[in-house]
Amino acid sequence: MNRSGLHGVTRSLTFAAVALTLLLQGCATTSHASAPVPQDPFESWNRGVFAFNEGLDANVIKPVATGYVYVLPRFVRTGVTNFFANFNDLWSGVNSVLQGKLGNAGSDGMRVVTNTTVGIAGLFDVATGWGIKKYPEDFGQTLGVWGFESGPYVVWPILGGSSVRDSFGLPLDIAATPGFWVDDTGWSIAIASLQIVNKRADLLKASDILDDAVLDKYTFVRDAHLQRRRSLVYDGSPPDVK
Amino acid sequence: MSASKLLAALCAGVLMVAAPVLRAQTTEVSASMASAMQSPDALVQKVSNDVLEAVKADKAMQAGDVKKLNALIETKVLPYVNFQRMTSAAVGRYWRQATPEQQASLEQEFRTMLLRTYTGALSQVRDQTVQIKPSRAVQDGDEVIVRTEVRGKGDPIQLDYRLERSPTTGWKIYDVNVLGVWLVENYRNSFAQEITASGIDGLINKLAQRNKTAAART
Repeated sequence: MNRSGLHGVTRSLTFAAVALTLLLQGCATTSHASAPVPQDPFESWNRGVFAFNEGLDANVIKPVATGYVYVLPRFVRTGVTNFFANFNDLWSGVNSVLQGKLGNAGSDGMRVVTNTTVGIAGLFDVATGWGIKKYPEDFGQTLGVWGFESGPYVVWPILGGSSVRDSFGLPLDIAATPGFWVDDTGWSIAIASLQIVNKRADLLKASDILDDAVLDKYTFVRDAHLQRRRSLVYDGSPPDVK
Repeated sequence: MSASKLLAALCAGVLMVAAPVLRAQTTEVSASMASAMQSPDALVQKVSNDVLEAVKADKAMQAGDVKKLNALIETKVLPYVNFQRMTSAAVGRYWRQATPEQQASLEQEFRTMLLRTYTGALSQVRDQTVQIKPSRAVQDGDEVIVRTEVRGKGDPIQLDYRLERSPTTGWKIYDVNVLGVWLVENYRNSFAQEITASGIDGLINKLAQRNKTAAART
């Protein structure tokens, strides 16, 4: 690991630790926007950050993503998605190993090898066409499989909704993205921004549908997120909650 | 005109009017009989395929033609969905406190919102197929979970259904799971929050308002 990479990981972990400390101090004086929900004791903070993120999205990210879709042809955007997904497959493989799911890790590994070589640095997702399955995993899920409960919902600026447990995984998940390892700060930010904008572009249509389907967007997104994370930890088959 | 000719004309007239009604009723009966006899897996596969094929073959639907999409859903999907159970499950413990009129309004508004969401999602269909996944869960009498996967260009999307069987109407869907999120459970907190803040009528009004603004936009 090069020195700037290690420094970056330390920086991210420090940020996470400080933020969590402030969060826990803040929750002592939290007032609830509505009847307290068991998994959301930080609701005031969360709603505040959520509102900030929504504002950032409406004013900056969504317009940029819309322009991005307008300017770039679909096959280019697919290439970008595939490029970043390739790194995600690598990180998923690592986490599958940590969770003892060696078969899944093997599949993810095959995907990375295939897409990096035949798929030319990950730009083409050849592996899916060849039937090599993807098993998305991240460090939050790994902690879940290791037995850590998700803990309350936490919303971070820009990064969005998470949980106390998953937040410990976020710095490592970020370290697994390509932008993190680039020494030049300008390029690092550029690559990270490209990843964010491309992801947002992929989700443009879905977010429009979402806005029409909700009463209170914060509540809906929170509950969907928590349900989805729980489902992911159990790979799609969570035990029933009675 | 002689009496017999008048009588014949009258009979023909009645038959012409009655025929489509009879045909519709027969179709309804045979559809529900068919669905009663079909396994829930086969039912979900058939409905999914019918809907996807219809959208893939129609450019207008892919462009977002709401009328055509609604017509498609009305014929191919609605007969197999139990909205009353969906609504009562999402409203939860407040359902019993609601008057029959409130219950009907809740069902109406929730149904409109869900259909609009579904229409929006359908209009995005390009080349997707639906695969039924082998079910590990044992069918528990009259309730079952059918697991499917929507496959297309991107990552496969998990799409599960909860179905219940009634002796008269066969299998009907009463909950949907997209990417690990069960719809009914997800709306439960939203609805409870709204009811606590402004009562059942408040929830109905908010839903109606949401439906109105969305409809005005299309």
